[in-house]
Amino acid sequence: MFKYIIRRIIQTIPVLIGVSILVFSMMHLVPGDPAQIMAGESAPKEQVENIRERLGLNDPLPVQYLSYIGDALQGDLGNSMRSGRDVTSEIGARFWVTVELAVYSTIVAVFIGLIAGVISATRKYSFADTSLMLIALFGLSMPNFWLGLMLIQWFAIGIDLPSWVPFISDTSWFKPSGWGSFQQVVLPVITLGTGSAAIIARMTRSSMLDVIGQDYIRTARAKGVKERIVVYQHALKNALIPVVTVVGLQFGGLLGGAVLTESVFAVNGMGKLIIDSIKARDFPVVQGTILVVALLFVIVNLIVDITYRYLNKRIDLD
Amino acid sequence: MSHSTEHIDNPRTAVKPPNPRFRNWNIVLRKLKKNKSAMIGGFLILFFILVALIGPYITPYAPQTQIMVNKLQPPSFEHWFGTDNFGRDIFSRIIHGTGLTLLVGFFSVLLGATVGVLFGIIAGYYGGRIDSIIMRLMDILLAFPGILLALAIVTVLGGSLVNVIIAVAISSIPVFARIVRGSTLSVKKLEYIDAMKALGASDARIIFKHIFPNITSPIIVQATLNIATAILSASGLSFLGLGAQPPTPEWGAMLSDGRNFLYNAPHVALFPGLAIVAVVLAFNMLGDGLRDAFDPKTKE
Repeated sequence: MFKYIIRRIIQTIPVLIGVSILVFSMMHLVPGDPAQIMAGESAPKEQVENIRERLGLNDPLPVQYLSYIGDALQGDLGNSMRSGRDVTSEIGARFWVTVELAVYSTIVAVFIGLIAGVISATRKYSFADTSLMLIALFGLSMPNFWLGLMLIQWFAIGIDLPSWVPFISDTSWFKPSGWGSFQQVVLPVITLGTGSAAIIARMTRSSMLDVIGQDYIRTARAKGVKERIVVYQHALKNALIPVVTVVGLQFGGLLGGAVLTESVFAVNGMGKLIIDSIKARDFPVVQGTILVVALLFVIVNLIVDITYRYLNKRIDLD
Repeated sequence: MSHSTEHIDNPRTAVKPPNPRFRNWNIVLRKLKKNKSAMIGGFLILFFILVALIGPYITPYAPQTQIMVNKLQPPSFEHWFGTDNFGRDIFSRIIHGTGLTLLVGFFSVLLGATVGVLFGIIAGYYGGRIDSIIMRLMDILLAFPGILLALAIVTVLGGSLVNVIIAVAISSIPVFARIVRGSTLSVKKLEYIDAMKALGASDARIIFKHIFPNITSPIIVQATLNIATAILSASGLSFLGLGAQPPTPEWGAMLSDGRNFLYNAPHVALFPGLAIVAVVLAFNMLGDGLRDAFDPKTKE
């Protein structure tokens, strides 16, 4: 196990180097002179030259890359063109906002997805199964930015209810933007979590059905073990192994998906930072943020692989 | 190849025997026909293709016509889906956007699948160092979660619909490469591939004539499902203002307009979203059905 962890960590190094090369090249692959683009089209020559000097764009590319990586390893991702602040502090608190958003969404998605998947699998082809899987299919097919807008309209702007409905007069329960309070967190989390909940539900269902069809489950039933114990102790435990991988990948996917959700709800996280910086042609911030998100994703994948290996000692590596 | 002897042995089957490859297709088609959800998906796709082809000629309004006095009208008999902030008919704009959505989905998958399949076959067939180089490259592309890679590419190329297609295509390459590599590895082990090599067939001939035709089913399934995700990503990029530029009637861009009028004209955001859901749902339904139909474990 320990050997596997070490090998897996070593395997991520070339990936990280590749990622950093790609992110570094972004600025140089943009058609035109990056310094000119960042300064603006009508900027005076001295200003362009100034930017070029500041970013070290006059050095040969390998030198630029090495100094970029050297700085990045020390936590220095350069300075924002817009604010002049260093990228690391621009990301700063926004990092945790996005991580929080992704973690809450994952929790909600796992909770809903597992319950729906287990219900579906244990009542195969029933009305509950069919409707849950239909809902999951919708969840999978919905653009999350649209779902976000609809949720804002229904539950933040709210719908006025007719007077005969007791206790509540309208549905403006949550806030349409921002991050922090419970009222601000609910809608973005549902928006981001729905797609993953759908995927986890489908995965849990098929994985459970696989396991339920196996001999040892039949044996357990034949021995007269209670159905509830068969389902939750014997079947679910094994069915969860492949689900772990999906959950991990989903968490990573949510980091990317957060870009759209944060933009809809004006959540000041890394996703919104990327979009704002792309629009302002603030390359150092775009690069730095993408690098951080990719790094986070690679680390999450590493943890998922190790967990999977731990849970499923039977799988043969090599 | 082995059929020729059967002809002589049994005169009753002297008629050309069915090609096993086509026989498999027939089984797949039969399974597919019995799958209600897949059929609904397939018909929906045909319907949207028809809308895309004929729709633009019969829409009640031109998609760009602005009638400012009519702006932000709720749905009515005249404007089925209401009008937007420039008084344009949303129903007409959605119909004009259908072709755009399908083309973006189709071409980004075609492009991504072609490159991905090539990478996957080469990696699986040759193995060794080529394999590890290609697959490590794919790992690097996969290290960018979700829409992020497409976003980075669009940042470099600049926001336009063509660049969105390229960006979405590139981010779908690794998925195809991984699947195709796996399938290639399992086909490569079969004896007849060794026989072809012994007969002196060239690598290119073996790859294109003997391996590729045997790994089409996972590619078809993945391509169908990927059209759904490609449409979602592309409309997402347009929603962020990095794809189709106004006044193009692209659904994601229309949604982005609609977000400013959620308070007084929620229909502006409602209908383009429903259109995206319908198209993506159709491809997901067909893709799920194809996967079941190609799976030899599922019964007819």
